[in-house]
Formats: sequence, C-alpha cells, structure tokens
Amino acid sequence: MTTFEAILLTIVTASTPLLIAALGELVTERSGVLNLGVEGMMVMGAACSFAAAVTFDSTLLGVAAGMLAGALMAALFALLVLGFAANQTGSGLALTILGLGLSGLIGAPFVGARRDPVAPVDIPGLSDIPIIGRLFFEQDLFVYASILLTVLVGLYLMRTRSGLTLRSIGENHTSANALGLPVWRVRFWAILFGGACAGLAGAYLALVYTRFWSPGMTAGRGWIALALVVFAAWRPGWVLVGAYIFGAATVLQLHAQAAQFGVPSQVLSAVPYLATIIALLLLSIRHGRAIGAPGSLGVPFVPDR
Amino acid sequence: MKADVPPSGQPLVELKGISKRYGDLLANDGINLSIEPGEIHALLGENGAGKSTLVKILYGVIEPSAGEIRLEGRPVTIGSPVEARALGLGMVFQHFSLFDELTVAENIAVALSGDWSLSTVREKLGEISGTYGLALDADRAIWTLSAGERQRIEIVRCLLQNPRLLILDEPTSVLTPQEAEHLFTTLDRLSAEGCSILYISHKLEEVRRLCRRATILRGGRVVATIDPRASSAREIAALMVGNAVGDIRTDAPHHPQGETLRVSNLTMPPAGLHGQALRDINLAARAGEVVGIAGVAGNGQSELFAALSGERLADHAETIAINGKPSGTMGIDARRRVGAAFVPEERLGHSAAPTHSLSENTLISHASTEVSRSGFILMNAAKRVARSIVQSFDVRTPEGDPQARKLSGGNLQKFVIGREIIRRPKLLIVDQPTWGVDAGAARLIRQALVDLAREGSAVVVISQDLDELFEVADRMAVIHQGTLSPLRPIGEWTKEAVGLEMLGVAQAEGGVHAI
Amino acid sequence: MRFELTPRTNSPTVMRVFASVAAFITAFLIAGFVIWLMGRSPIAAFDVYVLQPLSDPWSLQELIVKATPMALIAIGLSYCFRANLWNIGAEGQYVIGAVLGGWLALRTHGTDAGAWVLPLMLLLGVIGGALWGLIPAFLKTRFGVNEILTSLMLVYVAQLILDYLVRGPWRDPKGFNFPQSVTFDPSATLHPILEGGRVHYGAVFAAIAVLVTAIVLGRTLFGYRLKLTGDAPRAARFAGFSSKATILAVFAISGGLAGLAGISEVSGQIGQLQPSISPGYGFTAITVAFLGRLNPIGILVASLVVALTFIGGESAQIMLKLPLDLTQAFQGILLLCVLAADAMVSYRIRFVTRGGGK
Repeated sequence: MTTFEAILLTIVTASTPLLIAALGELVTERSGVLNLGVEGMMVMGAACSFAAAVTFDSTLLGVAAGMLAGALMAALFALLVLGFAANQTGSGLALTILGLGLSGLIGAPFVGARRDPVAPVDIPGLSDIPIIGRLFFEQDLFVYASILLTVLVGLYLMRTRSGLTLRSIGENHTSANALGLPVWRVRFWAILFGGACAGLAGAYLALVYTRFWSPGMTAGRGWIALALVVFAAWRPGWVLVGAYIFGAATVLQLHAQAAQFGVPSQVLSAVPYLATIIALLLLSIRHGRAIGAPGSLGVPFVPDR
Repeated sequence: MKADVPPSGQPLVELKGISKRYGDLLANDGINLSIEPGEIHALLGENGAGKSTLVKILYGVIEPSAGEIRLEGRPVTIGSPVEARALGLGMVFQHFSLFDELTVAENIAVALSGDWSLSTVREKLGEISGTYGLALDADRAIWTLSAGERQRIEIVRCLLQNPRLLILDEPTSVLTPQEAEHLFTTLDRLSAEGCSILYISHKLEEVRRLCRRATILRGGRVVATIDPRASSAREIAALMVGNAVGDIRTDAPHHPQGETLRVSNLTMPPAGLHGQALRDINLAARAGEVVGIAGVAGNGQSELFAALSGERLADHAETIAINGKPSGTMGIDARRRVGAAFVPEERLGHSAAPTHSLSENTLISHASTEVSRSGFILMNAAKRVARSIVQSFDVRTPEGDPQARKLSGGNLQKFVIGREIIRRPKLLIVDQPTWGVDAGAARLIRQALVDLAREGSAVVVISQDLDELFEVADRMAVIHQGTLSPLRPIGEWTKEAVGLEMLGVAQAEGGVHAI
Repeated sequence: MRFELTPRTNSPTVMRVFASVAAFITAFLIAGFVIWLMGRSPIAAFDVYVLQPLSDPWSLQELIVKATPMALIAIGLSYCFRANLWNIGAEGQYVIGAVLGGWLALRTHGTDAGAWVLPLMLLLGVIGGALWGLIPAFLKTRFGVNEILTSLMLVYVAQLILDYLVRGPWRDPKGFNFPQSVTFDPSATLHPILEGGRVHYGAVFAAIAVLVTAIVLGRTLFGYRLKLTGDAPRAARFAGFSSKATILAVFAISGGLAGLAGISEVSGQIGQLQPSISPGYGFTAITVAFLGRLNPIGILVASLVVALTFIGGESAQIMLKLPLDLTQAFQGILLLCVLAADAMVSYRIRFVTRGGGK
C-alpha cells in the first residue's frame, strides 16, 4: 500500500463517523427538532460501545450498546423538548454536558484497554483495481453501511410517504397538527434515530478509528456534524460530500503535523474548527440565510387543545 | 333542500349540547346543530362567537368538554382530523394547513389517509381540477401560489376523499370578489351532488347567496336558526351582534390640508425568500383624511407597512416624506420622533410582547418619551400611560397590570391602537386594524381612527376588509402584487372595480370575466 | 396516552423559586441513585459533597474562589441568553482574556513596571474576551452565520492558541521544559482581599458585576431591550431596537466578563499561564446561568452551589474514589432538571388517556 493510498483510507475512516452522526441529526432536524446534544450522545456511544465490546469481547455487542446509549440519551432529550416543551438549545447543551460526564464515569475502568482492528470486508475482484480498488472495496462494514445509510435516508425523505410526513411536520408543525399528522410521534422517532446514529458514530470512533477509550475523545466531532447539516442545506447527498471534505481536512492536518513543515502543530490542529467556521461563513455569504432550513426548526410545539 | 335526501330524512350530522371550556372562558355552550344531506348550512357569528371552536371540535382538532356528535344518527367520537376524514368529513381552514416548501402534489398527498402515491395524486388532481374548474399545477411549490390557489389545494384535498360533509371556515376572507363567486359556483355544484357543506362566515351577503339555513352563534351559544333569505340583513346583524349595530360617525367636516405623508416611487426587493417586491409605489395622505389600502392578503401589504414604518429602510431619504421631512432612510424610532405612529397586523409578537405586562408593552412605542430618562425606565410613568390607554379606549383587562396575552384579541387591539393614538401622532399607519376582532371593538377602533383624522392627523389604513374601508376611508387605492393603483375618492370606487384592481386586470382589459 | 400542555396564565415568583429547589432535589436524588449503582453509599457521598465543604472554613474560601469565575461568566451569559442569543463559547473568551492579559504580565516580567500593570492587564483581559466574543457576533450580524457553532468552534481555537504559546514562545526557559510560563511578578498578581486568605479581588469584580447587572436588567431601557429581543424579536424591531447592535453588545459584554474571569483566575489564582487554566468554567457557567434563571442574584447563588459540586467532587475523588467526571455528569443532570422545571412553570402538564380526557 502506498502512502497515498493509506492517506485516502484514513480519510474514509475519519469521515465515516461525521457522516453517520450528521445523517442522524439531519433526520432529527428535518422533523423540526434541533438537538445540539450530538456531541454528548456520540461520546456516550463511544464509551458504552467500548465498555461493552471489551467486557463481552464482541464488536457487535459493542456497536449495539453504543447505538442504544445514543438512543437512550436522545429519549431523555425527547422527554424534555417534546414532553415538557423545554428550550431545545438549552436541553441540547445539557445533554452534551451530561454525556461528557457520564461517559467519563462509564469509560473510567476501560482506560488503557485496546481492541483489535475490525477486519475490513473485501469485495473480491473489485478491490484489486489499483488505487480506488482498496479505497472503495476493502473497507470495514461501517463504511459501506454509512454510504448505504446516506442513500436510504435520501430515499426515505424524498420518496416515501412517511418521509413526506416527517418533512411536513418539520416544515410547519401547526399545519401538520391541523391535518392530524402525529407531530409528537414522528419527532420522537426522529430524535431517537438521530441518537442511535450519534451513538453508532461514537462506537465507530472507539472501536474502529482509535480502538481505545479516552475521556472526551469525540473532540468536537458532534459539533462538526451539526455544522455539516447546515452546510449541506439539510440534504443527505451534501452531508456525504461535506463529511468527506472535513474528514480529509482532519487527516491531512495530521499528516502535515507528522511531516513537520515548521508550522506549529496547534495551527494544523485548529484546521477542522476553522474550516467549519469558514464553511458556514461561505455558505451564508452565498445564500444570505440558511437555505433549506425546516420552517419549524427549534420551535417548541404546543398544540392548541 | 336537494332531491337526493335519503328517505329517512335523517340529518347527516347532529351536534348535541356541545360545550368547550378554556379556563374561565366558555367558548361553546351547549350547542345544538343539525345538517341535512346535500344542504349548505351557514354558521354565522361575529369574531369570537365560537364558530371556529365548534368546527374544530367537529373536525377532531380539539376535544369538546361536553356533548355528543351523531353521524347519520350514530354517536361518534372524533379524536383527530384523521378520524374525521375517515368518517367522510373534510375541512378547509381559514388559515391554510399548507407547507410552503413542498409542492402542490406533496401537500395534497400528505393530508390523505391511506396509500396515495404522488403519481396517483397527480392523476386525481387532474380529474378533480377538470370537473370543478379548480386549476392547479401539481409541481409548483406552495409559496409561489396566490391565496386563491392555496385555497383550491385545501378544497381538492377534501374532495379527493369523497367527503359527505365539507366544512369551510371563512373561505372568502382571502379571496377577491370574483374568486369568491367562482368558489360559490363550485360549492353549489358539490351540494347538487349530495355533499353537505357547513359554511362559516360573518358576511351576510354571501350567506344569503349560498344558504337556506343558517345557525347564528353569539357568545358561544346558538341564538337562532333561520332562513337567511327570509330575514332582513338588519335582523340577522342584530342577532349576531346582540344589540343594534351603530354606524361610524364620519359626519364631522372634512377639510384635508397639507400632505402629511408622501411616498414617491417606492421600490423595494422582497425581504425574505418568499416575500413580495414593492414596485414604484406613489401615495399621499393629507392631514384630516383616512386613506385606505385594499388588497388580497400577500400582495405586499406587510412589505408596504414595513417600508412606511421604517422597519425596512428605503435607499433614498426622499422616497418617503413624513411631515415634509425626508424619512426614507430613518429607522422606526426616528420616524416616531417626527410625528408618525404605527400599528402592525400581528398583535401578539409584533405590536405587543405576549408575556410582557401592559406597562412594559407601553415602552415599545413610547421608549423615547416620558417613560424613560437617560436610559433608565420610569416604571411608574409607564404604568400611568398604560392605565390611561386602558381607560380611554375601554380596554377590558384582568386586574392590575396583566400580561398582553391575557387580553382577548379585541381588547389587545384596542390597547395597541390606543397606545399609538394617545401619542397624538400627525400620521398613523395601521395594518389590518380589526382583523379577528369582535364587532364592538371593531366599531370602537374604526371610530377612533376616523376621529383621529378629523382632529387633523393623516391616517393610512391597510385592510383586507372592503366593508371596513368603505366605511372609514376618504380616499382609497388597491395593492396588487406590490403595485398600488391610483388613489381615488371613496365615492368613485365600486366593489367590482376594487375586485378588478385586486386581480390586476383593471387597466389590462377592463373585462368582467376575470377568472 | 399522551401529553397535554396548557400555558399557565400566571406563574408566581414563589413557584419559580420552588421549581429551582425542586430541580435541585431531583438532581440530587438521581445522582444519589447513580452513586448507589456504583456501589457507594449515597449518604456518605452527600456528606462529602455537601456537608463537609460547608463546615470547613478552608473549603468555604475555596467555594468563593471557584464560584468567582463562574459567576462572572454566567452574569455575562445572562445578557446573551435573555436576548435569546447563544454564546456557548465563553470558555474560549475566558482563555483569550487570560492570554491577552497574561501577555502584559510576561512583557513586564522582571521590570520595575509598577502599579499600572495589573489594572492594564485586567483591561486587556476584558478587551481580549470581548474581541473573541465579537467574532461570532460579527459573523452573525454581517453574514447571518449561526452563533452557536462558531462560538463553540472558537473555544477549540483559543485553547490551541494558549497551548501553542505556553509550549512555544512563552515557555519559561528555566522551567525544566514544562509547558508553562514564568510566574507572574507581584505587580501582575491579583492579591487576596484578606492577608493570607485565598479569596482574591476577582470576587469583588463578580459582586460588582452582579449589582450592576441587577440594575441594568431591571431598570434600564437596555435591559428591557434584551428582554424584548428575547421574548418577541419582531416587537423589538418594531420598538426600534436594532438587532445587530443588540447582538454585538451582548457578545461584547459576555465576552468581556469571561475575559475578566480568565485574567483574574490566571493572575489571582494560578499565577502563570499553562495549557489548562480552566476546569470547564465557561461551559459550567451555562448551567449556572440557567440554574440562576438568568437573574443576577440567582446566578450568584447558583455559582456558589455549583462551586460546591466542584469542591465536593475533588474531595469525593480522594475520599470515596469517585471519579471527577461524576461532577460534570451531575451538572448535566442538574441543568436538565432545571429546564424541565422551567417548562413546568410555564406549562401545566397533564397526562391524558384517549377518550378519558376532557
């Protein structure tokens, strides 16, 4: 494998958790709910998946535990913002603070443990194609799953009846309620889906990307996933593109640090964060406002009974 | 009634003793109502009489506190609009339940129960449009459509479910007179096919045009069920309002003097994604007169208001002159200081902060007057001003200094109008002054506007209610797609002429068959 | 079964205070349950977390020391949150305040610069924090960029700047290669209020901030402007309050106060610059601001309460071997409980079963 190929491979690995988490958040936001707790759900997913994977020596159980942890956190959020019509921004922040603390508790006994790499799934024949072969056809299952998920989310939103209902509720919950669409139920599942995705993204970080647990290991990826949704104008295809651009930025700065260009490592470490700000800025300059934002995004829903 | 009444003579829908309580307010009080098959039944009443509450109960949007609904003699519980539709009830809301960013076909599909694919919807849409003359383009996004077209979507949504009862809540409030006539034809045809229609309105004329039976609500109760064609307009009005309706006094001498407001060639791009641009608007209001701006909702009224109030600034100061001062580039507060006052359309959230007390709400437009000194609020002064508004404008409030949201629509509107008039402005600009306001408050507000003008101020009233403009305005113009028709004395306008201007066909052809 | 929310027509002050207390008790019960799950005695934990710090004079001083930066930051955040603007990057503004103020301390190190150093350092701290806070504000007013994401991203950037400086150009050459600056001169040190005590003058700044804010928010047009902007933004524009000016002002204020907290902590408490100068005060202050219901006095009380959890957390780590992360988890639970309680103050919540409801 050449260095170039290796870099491309790591880009895919770095992009996948961003993609998965952002897709989940995209569905949540399309239903009209802004969950700022992605970082918290993701880090919980990482801690729980790693703890379960080490305890039971099973990657599969680890992944399941990660998704469950994310979904449970999301359920807590749903209780607050749907049940109590609580402030969504505040609740999301609280979820992040809680997740960072709780994951530290759960992960504490597992600091220092390591997991073996997850074996890539080789698609015979295709993976022998030079350069792109290994890039596209010799990845771990999660990578394929994340691409499939992008397609499925896109198809679900634009081609199914249930997706239409979800978009309508996100667009205008008052109208949706007047038509008798189940605003609460749809939002509840959308929030849960977002949580499970964030949990899965966390699991991927802990079990595939780093293969160890360290407190706060998500390092702002949840927030970048949130930014990606805005950047993608709430469209799954653009989330894919955005996730890979950010993944590439992250990996390239790591390689640049290793290469020691004489640029302080901190400057390079700041690249993903600065890139997020610049991406949001460019988007706003081009469109003047958040294009494609669901009409009811972030607005608490209190029906007139 | 129509020919195809079932032999049993059983009513299609019967409401028995329906009540709905919101806290201390009894919005519906023991309402009985029956609708025959194929009948167009009117539900008449002033704003706040409980009409909307009643139909929302019938459609399953809200639950009644007490009472029974019978469908063909069978008691039914309607727990949600989905259940209502399954029972054959369809409803066209006053505020459309549409989704701006979705297409016409998507908007229709999402409201249908069962498995409707977009292609089936498209097909059916074509059929229905043809049969009832409801032209619609399936792939257009809602925000590009006019109010009339939006209403068609609502109607088509209902018709696709083959309803037995179609409920329409104030359907003509967003239509031009011609569009309204077109709607009536559609309704007549539906009724002839055996579909019952419950028609909610506060306009007598159209009820007499459409219905043989009308149930009149007042204060949440049924006061009478009558044949509207057999009763005089005055009788019906008296039943609706409770006591004889007074007319607005406009008899005071009217000697318009110099121009208080002059708008010259005002052009403005749309503010938001779906806004309306203003195109070359010219307008003048003289001291002592009321100028009316008519138009169907969404034709640039709120944009015009924003431009006149300074919530949006013009490019050149000279575009808008208030009291002779070029003010186009002044902010709203600066315009207030040169003698202008403003009342926007939306009460809760725009002219008033719902969760703030009335005295705090006074600060909103009085900030630079006696209620503050060097940046500090003089709360006692604000309370005094609020009290005097409450007294002078007959605002009925809960005790003390209540939050704005605790006032009824009519009382809050009296408060915000009073808040501006008490400042004795030289120019008052009001957007939809009596929208959703009960008859008594509407009368008081209109009188206050006329009185202010007669005392020497210029008043500009932007309104969708033509009757209101004919009542208060001295001169009037019509706004259509961001363009303003010439300003003419009220006597030179007829309703038909206004309707043609609303459709934008007045100069183009002068024809009558607009649609 | 489903929920039913009805807006309450009136929510008396008593109820608001009660809701805060109830939120607190609930959070304690949940935390106790978690501790029990971890196999420790919740009662012993309560003793270590709450009772012991409150009965020990040293801890009481420490309480004020820890509460000071949080109170300062949370007071600043209350300006933003009241106007419904979301500055969640106070941690970064705190760091930049410390960096800019610290720069002067390092520049004047070893000179006889005199008494003007400290005031100027504090001023630079305020300016640094305010400028860092103005970046997201400017991006929002000028280009419409979401302030939540940008202010947060700038936290990471600020921390990296500090990290670079103390590992690179500002590292103490005689510091055995530790990533830290030289110790500040006495002229650049914020002194204790009482000789030999631990509480430095930062506490006085916090007290002043509380008082001034109570007046500004309660009595001035500017305070009303923030409230109106937060509660009814269209009405605020209708009142003639420019939303851009409001955004810039509140971000400058909250950034400036966070910067003041940062430089006070560095010059009064730590005494030098190092890679980590905050245990997350900037984020915890968000909890403090909400727990204090965006009210200056409430924030003062809340900052002391949250400081207690920090101190308790440290002793629990030593005495009960409970991980420090428990403190952060508790703060998260506390914030969730406060938000839920807030909702219960604004809405009447009922569970209704289909058909059985009214």
